[in-house]
Amino acid sequence: MTDGRPPAVVFDQVSKSFGAKHILSDVSFEVRAGEALCILGRSGTGKSVTLKLLISLLKPDAGKIWIEEDEITKLTGPELSRVRRKMGFLFQDAALFDSLTLYENLALPLHRLTDKSQQEIDFSVDQVLGQVGLRADKGKMPSELSGGMRKRAGLARALVLEPRILLADEPSSGLDRITASEIDELLLRQKAEHKTALVVVTHDVHGARRVADRVAVLDRGKLIAHGPVAEIEHSENEVARKLISE
Amino acid sequence: MEGRRIHCSITNWWTTGSFRAEKVFNVANVLEIAGKVSLFGLRAVVDSVRRPFEGAQIVRQLAEVGSKSLPLIIASGFALGAVMTLHTRSTLVTFGATAVIPTVQAFAFILEIGPLVAGLLVAGRVGSGIGAVLANMRATEQIDGIESLSIDSFKYLVVPRIVACTLALPVLTLFMDFSGLLGGFLSEYAASRSSLALYISRAFSAFEWSNFWPPTLKTCVFGFTIGTISSFFGYTTNEGAQGVGRAATSSVVVSSLLIILLDVLLIKLIFFIFPESAL
Repeated sequence: MTDGRPPAVVFDQVSKSFGAKHILSDVSFEVRAGEALCILGRSGTGKSVTLKLLISLLKPDAGKIWIEEDEITKLTGPELSRVRRKMGFLFQDAALFDSLTLYENLALPLHRLTDKSQQEIDFSVDQVLGQVGLRADKGKMPSELSGGMRKRAGLARALVLEPRILLADEPSSGLDRITASEIDELLLRQKAEHKTALVVVTHDVHGARRVADRVAVLDRGKLIAHGPVAEIEHSENEVARKLISE
Repeated sequence: MEGRRIHCSITNWWTTGSFRAEKVFNVANVLEIAGKVSLFGLRAVVDSVRRPFEGAQIVRQLAEVGSKSLPLIIASGFALGAVMTLHTRSTLVTFGATAVIPTVQAFAFILEIGPLVAGLLVAGRVGSGIGAVLANMRATEQIDGIESLSIDSFKYLVVPRIVACTLALPVLTLFMDFSGLLGGFLSEYAASRSSLALYISRAFSAFEWSNFWPPTLKTCVFGFTIGTISSFFGYTTNEGAQGVGRAATSSVVVSSLLIILLDVLLIKLIFFIFPESAL
């Protein structure tokens, strides 16, 4: 809390199990406004679960999760909605509503959660779609978009409510290197221009090196390394070193 | 998960005709699911009168449930009416009682065939659709997507579907009754050249409003049941793509069974509340 403000995200000794299977054990980290944390790890080590815990789609078995000044694990109903509005979530497969056009996908939260007029909503949607280069495609259904376009559309939807924290689950998975770089650029621009805190789960070491200020490495549900990329490269933990040097 | 449990029980019973095996019919499981479905339905009732009202979504679902089911309902009613008249005629002609065919047709359709068949057809067409759509939304993280946008996914997705089923079924039943009587009349006309005016007057000569309203309005309960059961199996599934088919099947099978069971209970209830409607 060096600048007097609380960190954007604090994950404090969080554990989560599904039945007998332990997914996360005693994991802690924090992310400040305008900072990017990339979470790396092998498949099934609890990376996506971490993001879902952050936005309270899942509840932890133990530990606390702070989103700015709010402890989110105990919140429900309108209070939870208020805190969730600080966050945007880019899902791995974008999770666009397949019965709505791209425009409607973005306008839906604005209609329901803000007092904006129709004109203001149109302007906001156009602006965000412009940022991700999809302004001309706003009338298309999600099924008409390519993988890269869907990912950018998912990012646009995550950004439309101007979140202070952006959670991204595998933003470059299934994309070619050039499209993945474009997504990385968008994330970096969001961080630089809006001081958005980024928590990015990824397998893409290339992307993580570009985007991350710090990297957290998860293995078998435990945080085995945490720090800047250069530090992880010289980590004593072999798994962490291998993951970051791939 | 719930879909899988009830699906195993029902399909096994359907194929083996037996609920005896302990694995197949687990009373505790069924009671647990019944409790969860009841709470699910209760939550929908409470949320339906809580702001914000989902007017646009309800209209959208009414179009999906109502107008898209209409061709099936009308065609089925018409065919059923015509066939029923052919069968009734071949029996009643032996006793020289063909004049009562319109009365039999009207009572049969409005009291029982219309509501029950409309309920079963909607359970098949709409129930499977709701189960599959919601399960697919769950599998593709669309429901999580809605929640992440601070939108109550239950209120946005489930409540409008249940309300639409509850409102649409009585209207669809009216169309079923009407098309059944029309089919009956055309069948009767082909056999005896009786006039439409005579057919209508004979059909409704002994008919009271008290015979009409209770069976038509009981379909609201059928609609609520279809909406709740189908939404429950779709919304609560957590089995990925595999759960989509399972949710669709469970929705149809369980909704249809419950409609038949509820029909028996509701008829007894109607006779108790409206004794004048008991013939």
